[in-house]
Amino acid sequence: MTTSTAAKYGTARRTVTMHVNGRDVTREVSTRTTLADFLRDELDLVSVHLGCEHGECGCCNVLFDGHSVRSCLMLAVQGDGHAVETVESLSVDPTELHPIQESFAEEQGLQCGFCTPAMVLRTKEIIETGHEMTDAEVRHEISGILCRCTGYQNIVNAVQSAGAKLRGEAAADGAAGGRS
Amino acid sequence: MTTEHTDTTEHTDTAQKSGYKYIGKDRKRVEDPRLLVGRGGYIADLKLPGMLHAAILRSPVPHARIRSVDATEALKLPGVVAVLTGEDCKAKMNPCMNFGPATVAQYPLAVDKVRYVGEAVAAVVAESRYLAEDGVDLLEVDYEDLPPVTDPRAAMEPESALLHEEHGSNIGCERTFEFGDVNAAFAGADLVVEDTLHWGRSAGMPMETAGAVAQPGFNGVLEIYCNSLNFSYFSFLIAGALRVPSNKLTMKPVPAGGSFGSKLAAHKVPTLAGFLALRVGRPVSYVEDRIDHLVNSDHHGCDRFYEARMGFRADGTIVGLDIDVVDDYGAYMQFGVGHHGNAFSQVVGPYRFRDVRYRLRAVLTDKCQQGAYRGFGSEVHNWVLERLVDSGAARLGLAPEEIRRRNFIQPDQFPYTIPGGNVYDSGDYPAVLDKALSMIDLDRWRAEQKRLWAQEGRCIGIGLATTQERSVFSSTEFWFLVEKPVLPVTSSPESATVTIDPTGQFQLMLHCQSMWGNSPETVGATVLAEEFGIPPESVNVRYADSAHALPSTGPGGSRYTVMVAGAIRGASRKLRKKLIHIAAHTLEVAAEDLELVDARVQVKDAPETGLTLAELAGTAYFFALSLPEGMTSGLEESYTYDHPYTTLPAPDGSDFGVFYPIMGHACHIAVLEVDPDTGIPSFLDYVAVHDAGTIVNPKSLGGHVTGGATQGIGTTLYEELAYDEDGQFLSWTFRDYLIPTAGEVPPFRIGHVETPSPFTEYGVKGGGEGGRMVAPAAVSAAIDDALREYGMRVRQVPVKPSDIVAAVQAGTVRAEAG
Ligand code: FES
Ligand code: FES
Repeated sequence: MTTSTAAKYGTARRTVTMHVNGRDVTREVSTRTTLADFLRDELDLVSVHLGCEHGECGCCNVLFDGHSVRSCLMLAVQGDGHAVETVESLSVDPTELHPIQESFAEEQGLQCGFCTPAMVLRTKEIIETGHEMTDAEVRHEISGILCRCTGYQNIVNAVQSAGAKLRGEAAADGAAGGRS
Repeated sequence: MTTEHTDTTEHTDTAQKSGYKYIGKDRKRVEDPRLLVGRGGYIADLKLPGMLHAAILRSPVPHARIRSVDATEALKLPGVVAVLTGEDCKAKMNPCMNFGPATVAQYPLAVDKVRYVGEAVAAVVAESRYLAEDGVDLLEVDYEDLPPVTDPRAAMEPESALLHEEHGSNIGCERTFEFGDVNAAFAGADLVVEDTLHWGRSAGMPMETAGAVAQPGFNGVLEIYCNSLNFSYFSFLIAGALRVPSNKLTMKPVPAGGSFGSKLAAHKVPTLAGFLALRVGRPVSYVEDRIDHLVNSDHHGCDRFYEARMGFRADGTIVGLDIDVVDDYGAYMQFGVGHHGNAFSQVVGPYRFRDVRYRLRAVLTDKCQQGAYRGFGSEVHNWVLERLVDSGAARLGLAPEEIRRRNFIQPDQFPYTIPGGNVYDSGDYPAVLDKALSMIDLDRWRAEQKRLWAQEGRCIGIGLATTQERSVFSSTEFWFLVEKPVLPVTSSPESATVTIDPTGQFQLMLHCQSMWGNSPETVGATVLAEEFGIPPESVNVRYADSAHALPSTGPGGSRYTVMVAGAIRGASRKLRKKLIHIAAHTLEVAAEDLELVDARVQVKDAPETGLTLAELAGTAYFFALSLPEGMTSGLEESYTYDHPYTTLPAPDGSDFGVFYPIMGHACHIAVLEVDPDTGIPSFLDYVAVHDAGTIVNPKSLGGHVTGGATQGIGTTLYEELAYDEDGQFLSWTFRDYLIPTAGEVPPFRIGHVETPSPFTEYGVKGGGEGGRMVAPAAVSAAIDDALREYGMRVRQVPVKPSDIVAAVQAGTVRAEAG
């Protein structure tokens, strides 16, 4: 087989080392394996959800060196030497939710939960920019991820509430997501 | 803190009013923690030992005879295990479940002919999905093209090519329903408005596609895990298609990442996975990719062409409705035309008129078949109705709110029987309208609209619309869509099993797959908490598979909250009785003197004397000799709750009976601006007031309202499953099928009104669909209003920027010419 035929039928393989959720993993993968499939199938990180596999829905969003990427549009081999975070990096324990996850629960920023890990990671990234955002700005920042259930309103509330919480402001005035 | 933030949900005071402890309060959902850590347990997460994967070759042509499928090269590929085609289906299975004529048979892989672009032609089963797709690439199919049938009106002509030769025509269903004297009503009208309207094809389009994993198990039992719904209702039909005895098929529930009707029917995907697993004798996973789902999902939503008329008296009173609808049904019938049954359950909307004619022709064309999408056909009817009412109001010089007020069924008229025989249980439509008006400053917006047009040429529009939201269907609704019902079913029950374990902890078993983004576990835990005075979070909720399930119908038709609340309450009452008897026996007190309060059975006037649930449970499980005579051990009760109010249709079709009596109501007011140069609308305000009876969880209901309204906005402005004139599909990706993002929808402001249902436990009504049912009418009206100076009239959805610009240009030309 030529190289391209090998790649086409998945027989070309490479070893990759990635820093995933705080630990190094090394695996031999087929060169055509997407990053999303690698995370899901090889590492059992099933929070990475595939909604379209063509880069439009954002449900496969992970943080790649701290920034959102669509893991369905990348190959596992492109992750070699990079750091990847999935929602499992926040908390895998349903009884010990990370403050961002907790805000989504409080604000009911989810219904079926399929877009949710992507939204939670995006929230982490937004909050880490340190900018306080208006609702309209938050809407703009999350518009790369589709949610079919919520109509986004409660997601915006959750992002704001998580931001306030992580900035230690929640108790101060309760404005974000507050109910006056 | 400076962040501007919209407070969207108004508080309700159900709990205070009613004295309920948990019902009516904003509470966190019990489903959420596992979803938030990414452990939703969706179908794609399921791996079984030895599991194979399937990929599907789909037809690139709309209508053709399949001469041959050549799998030689595919089968040579290492890792490919099998290739199966329609020939194999024909030989080894029966047609899929079908609620339409038997002459329109369907298999999971096309037999002899393909009838739409995307129809499944062959399945490749391989060691991985990658290899299965490689195999698909290597298949060769020889098609003999046939003339595509794409326009439903042309498809009815005798010279049209036939989709199903054995059916003899492309009309799948033709019925005319008439109630009252429509001709006389129109003859006596002061004004008749007429409209030609088209509702384009969209679909539920959940973020998770449909999928199934089938596994041949022990003793010849086939197990199918799937995220389709309703399977405790339908699994015997899937067994019939697969030629498996119904007691040897176990459908295993898997939570769904959204459905909105699209996963309702448990049809193509699990049937196909089951078929493949039986053929290869190993577990097979088939999970649609987005292309599979867009082009060949279990079904698309409605695609309807209307000629519609409404008559009015000079004072705005509506006197009659005359509808002729051609429904572009696609290539197969599947759910019959249940859509029109839904429409008919609320055919007069919230209005009082009595004379109705409804002519329906459901036409077979070379497109994906139709089925449920949030609203299930009644949202289309509501859009048509509200379009006509707005037309009438404009011609009579009445404000939209005024014409509605004049025609509303009045609160003291309930229960109210509509033409056709369905009953509306209760409602207060003026109160919903008043609340919506109180939340939005209409006078200010109307003044702004004038000012901005006069001073800046800006186009602001205000659209007000109402809807009924029928909920809790009874299966009798399927009777009247065919001359002679194949299955004259009447039951659509729901069941629950409540178990208190030996330490007093609660398990709740639901008997269908109901987790699809709604909140079945939260509802169940809340109701159970209310009945026993326990914390809702302490309840563990499970789902029965079809081998264990009691009669259940599943969600759909906004029924689940009502039905499961009834089932849980029934089971709880049985358990409470048993607990009180054990306590009476133990405490040597008369049962009548005991009550259950906060997880404790105690003496009514001496609450310090009592026993906790844990103490009683211990007795129930381990101390049979301490139980009252004749009582058996354990604390588990089940209850099957039937539809709260069903009557039979009249045999002569003069009355459909009561089949959808639990009637919610909503009013939406949309304020938007349209840029006449680009045709792009943007929202300035949006108010949504709903009456879903007693509210179990206001915040969850609010989430359904915003989610539904967002889908309604999508239907009105963005979403289209388009086919060209040759039957080629044009919406292969999310780049073509535009789902609203966070940037396109407004911050919704939500209000609630509660008129409890007299027919349901706690007075709950369904609330899952209302948002999508009313938003299209409100948004269409707002666009018209914004561009009234240009003579804009929304006659079809989606209304695209290009349509708006074209209308503006035509309007401008007309204004200049005039
Ligand atoms: S799955 Fe990657 S963007 Fe949709
Ligand atoms: S919660 Fe269902 S897609 Fe966002």
